Amino acid sequence: MPALPLDDAGPYVAAAYLIFLGLVLVYVAIMASKVARLGRDIEELSELVDDADIEREPGRAREPA
Amino acid sequence: MTFGRGLKPLSIATAVLLTGAFALVFFYAPNDADQGFVQKIFYLHVPLALVALGGFVAGGFYGLRFLRKGDRADDLRSYVVIHQSVILGVGVLATGMIWAKASWGHWWVWDEPTLVAFLIVFLLYACYWPLRFSIEDPERQARYAAVFAVIAGAFVPLNFAAVRFAQEAVTHPRVLDQSGGAMPGDMRLTFLLALAAMVCLIVTLCKFELTAKHARIRLRALRRRLAGDEPALRSSAPTTV
Repeated sequence: MPALPLDDAGPYVAAAYLIFLGLVLVYVAIMASKVARLGRDIEELSELVDDADIEREPGRAREPA
Repeated sequence: MTFGRGLKPLSIATAVLLTGAFALVFFYAPNDADQGFVQKIFYLHVPLALVALGGFVAGGFYGLRFLRKGDRADDLRSYVVIHQSVILGVGVLATGMIWAKASWGHWWVWDEPTLVAFLIVFLLYACYWPLRFSIEDPERQARYAAVFAVIAGAFVPLNFAAVRFAQEAVTHPRVLDQSGGAMPGDMRLTFLLALAAMVCLIVTLCKFELTAKHARIRLRALRRRLAGDEPALRSSAPTTV
């Protein structure tokens, strides 16, 4: 096939690069949401640990998160 | 073990390299004499394909290391690098189909061995998750997944070597031949920078995922330990209403 003129080739090239960027962005967004969930789990776990410490030593104050 | 060591500078280097590579693609590399502007897809499609295939082989390497040493970190590495390679593989197929449509007038050409070979490899690795997660016992799961990764990882170069030796006249262009695809210097520099950027990208994404997965595994272990301690702690606590 002869080379496509710029007007016709432009959308194909743009589509290829946008798909790549979209793929990376979607992956990063999914991973960011997972990391955020991980952060919430860590907070929840540290509260549980604090509660356990308070139960062991009733006079002890809860540590700030 | 710290999977996340050096993640921040690596992420910055990846962003800089990707931006630099794409800038060279559009502002430095000349248009191809034969294909014109649409050949710009080459600088994305080929590095993605090489990195994805390299990732599959790396998955096999880590699988083999896990089978030899039994270190669960190698199983995690194998899992993550295969995951990343499959994601990049989706990119390879999508960009390849767009390039095929623009260059050949068809989204897919079934009698083109390179295309079909990549699709076979991609579909083979798509079976990795069903295989892995159909096994409940973690030890067996890791071992079977590692065996799969080693066999499939060995199949990748064999598959492409067979395609190359079997076919003399192919439509798909060759990049990794003795003439280096007969690229002029400015195109070659752009291609090499794009390839370096893709290598950095997969390493960064792998490190990112490894760090998150490792943290989740440790968190789960801590939660289990805490749950195990809880009855003893609760029994010593004063009963209040």
